[in-house]
Amino acid sequence: MKLELSAEQQMIQAMAREFADSAIKPIAAEIDRDARFPHETVKRMGELGLMGIAVPERWGGSGADAVSYVVALEEIARACASHAVVMSVNNSLYGDPLLRYGTDVQRERFLKPVASGHTHGCFALTEPQAGSDATNQATLAVRDGADYIVNGRKRFITTGRESSFALVFCQTDRAEGHRGISAFVVEKGAPGFTVGKTEDKLGIRASDTAELIFEDCRVPAANRLGDEGQGFKIAMTAIDGGRIGIAAQAVGIAAGAYERSVAYARERKAFGVLIGQHQMVQWMLADMATAIDGARLLTLRAATLKDGGRPYRTAAAMAKLFASETAMKVATDAIQVHGGYGFIREYEVERAFRDAKVTQLYEGTSQIQKLVIARDLLGDHDGRA
Amino acid sequence: MKILVTIKQVPDTATQVKIAADGKTIDPTGITWIVSPYDEFAVEEALRIKEKRGQGEVVAVSLGPDRVKEALRSCLAMGCDRAIHLNDPAWAAADTLVTARALAKVIEQESAQLVLCGRQAIDDDMGAVTAQLAELLGWPCAYWIMEETIDADAKSVRAARQVEGGLEVFDLPLPAVLAAQKGLNEPRYPTLKGIMGAKKKEIKDLKASDLGGAVEPPQLSVVGLQALPPRPPGRIIQGDVPTAVKELVRSLREDAKAI
Repeated sequence: MKLELSAEQQMIQAMAREFADSAIKPIAAEIDRDARFPHETVKRMGELGLMGIAVPERWGGSGADAVSYVVALEEIARACASHAVVMSVNNSLYGDPLLRYGTDVQRERFLKPVASGHTHGCFALTEPQAGSDATNQATLAVRDGADYIVNGRKRFITTGRESSFALVFCQTDRAEGHRGISAFVVEKGAPGFTVGKTEDKLGIRASDTAELIFEDCRVPAANRLGDEGQGFKIAMTAIDGGRIGIAAQAVGIAAGAYERSVAYARERKAFGVLIGQHQMVQWMLADMATAIDGARLLTLRAATLKDGGRPYRTAAAMAKLFASETAMKVATDAIQVHGGYGFIREYEVERAFRDAKVTQLYEGTSQIQKLVIARDLLGDHDGRA
Repeated sequence: MKILVTIKQVPDTATQVKIAADGKTIDPTGITWIVSPYDEFAVEEALRIKEKRGQGEVVAVSLGPDRVKEALRSCLAMGCDRAIHLNDPAWAAADTLVTARALAKVIEQESAQLVLCGRQAIDDDMGAVTAQLAELLGWPCAYWIMEETIDADAKSVRAARQVEGGLEVFDLPLPAVLAAQKGLNEPRYPTLKGIMGAKKKEIKDLKASDLGGAVEPPQLSVVGLQALPPRPPGRIIQGDVPTAVKELVRSLREDAKAI
C-alpha cells in the first residue's frame, strides 16, 4: 500500500493551499460576518480549474481525479468552509451527475459552463417535508407534449440563488414512489422558476442557501437527465460522491481549527508556562491530530476507490460520518484550548465551530450515514440510502 | 521570440536551515524545495511577453540534482513550453561561474533571444549568475528590473531597474539578459489544467558531455557554514519611571552605543 500523493496531486494541493492562504483567508471572517457570497474569489477558483476538477477537459473541467479534488477541497476549507461548500456542490452534486448521466448535448449546454467555473450549478432534492426522508418528494413534473410542467418547492439549496442551473428532482409518477422520481436541469430565468428567501444560517454563512419555487414552470423534455424514474438513483449516486467532498470539507475545517490551537498553545502562557506544556492541553491537541489524520485517510480511501471505479458508497459514508464528527469535536476542543478568547470572533475558532455543525447535517445527517453503513453491512440496501 | 528562463530550486522560505555534519552543506532532511521566488517573477514575465506578442516559446532551464525536476515541472505547470535539466554529477560542486558557463552553452545551443533570471536565488544570495552569463555571452544586461517593454520588431528591450528613490531606464539591444526584481509582476498560480498538462511537456536532460568540453573546476569552494548566533534575550529595566528612564538612556549610550 502506497500512501503518497502523485506529483500532480501534490502540486494541486500546493496551489490550492497558496491560493487559500493568500486570497481566501484574509476575507473569510468578513464574508462570514456579512453573509456575503464571495463572487470574486469563487470566480478565481473557476479560473484555476477548481470548479470541475474531475470533469474531463472536453466538458470544461480540469481532467484530474477525485483524490485531487479531496486534497484541494481540504485546503480551501482550511481557510473558509463557505468557499468549500460552493466548490463541493459544483463538483460533486451538479458536475458529477451531469457528466455521468448527461448526453453529449446536455453536457455541452449544462456541464461545460459550470465545470469551467463560468457559472454555478446547484442540486435541488431537499423539500420542506423531505430532508433525510428524500423519497418523500412532493414536487411534481407532469408531461405536456415536448415539455414537463413543474410545480413545487425546494428548500435549503446550496448556491440556489447564485446558480445558473439547478438539477431538480421531481415526481413524474407518484404511484411508483421513489422509483417515480426523475431529474431535470432547470435554467435560471425559466418562466415559473423563482428563488425564494435566502436562509440566515449558523455557519457557512458566505454561501447562499436558498429556496427554489416552481409554479407551472415549463421544462423541455430535453432537459431531463437520464430516464423517467431514474432520478432517485441519480440523486443517491451524486450524494455518495458528494459525501467524499463534505468529508474533505470537514477535515479542512478541523485542520484549520487545530492549527490555530497549536499556534495558540505555543504563545499563550498560564501558570508561568506556555499552555502547550500543560498535559491537559497536550492531550487535546494529540487527540485532535490523531482524529484529523484518521478522517483524512478515510476520505482519501473513499476518493481512491472512486478513482479506481470500485464501489465507494460505504467508504464515503464512513469518511463523511467520521470527518464531520471529528470536525465538530476538534472545533469544540479548539475553543477549549483558547479558553475565553475562543469564544470571541477575533480568534476565528468560533467560526470553525459554527461551520463544523452543518457537516453533520447536510448530504445525509450522521444518523443517515450510520444507516447507509449498516445497510451495506447487512446487505439490505434496496437501492435506497 | 524564444525566451529562456533560468531557475534555481531552493529551500522553502519557511525552512529552519540546519548545518549538515560535514559543516559545509545544509542538512536536506525535511526540506521542502521550491522555485526561488525571484525566478518566479522571471517566469511570469516571460509568459506575459509571449502572451502579449501572441507567439514565441518559453523554455525553463535549471542546473542541479534529480529533485530539480519538480521545480521545472512547476514552471511547466505555470505555462512554460518545455524545460531543460542540466543534471550531471560533474556539476555537483558547481559555483556560480561553472553554472553560468553551462547555462551560457545551453543559451547558445537554443539561440534564445532573451534570457530572464531572478535577481538572486534566495538560498545563498550570490546574485552573480546573471552578470556572468551576460559576460560569457557578450550580451547587455540589466539587473533588478521593475518594468520591461520589447519593441515590436524584437530588436531591443526598454528595461527600468530599481535604484534608490526611482527607476533607471535603459534601452538594450537584443539579445540581452534581464534579472527580475520583486514588483515586476505578480506570478500566477498554476491552473489545474496547467498542472495536468505539465506531465505531457518535455523536460530534456543534458549531461556535461552534451554541452561539449569538460567541466572546469569551481573557483569558489565553501570552507565552512556557521549558524547565526542566537539572539540575546531582551532586558526589562525595573524601578520607577524616572530611575528606569535614566538607566535606559545610560544603557543605550554606554552598553549599546546606540545614542
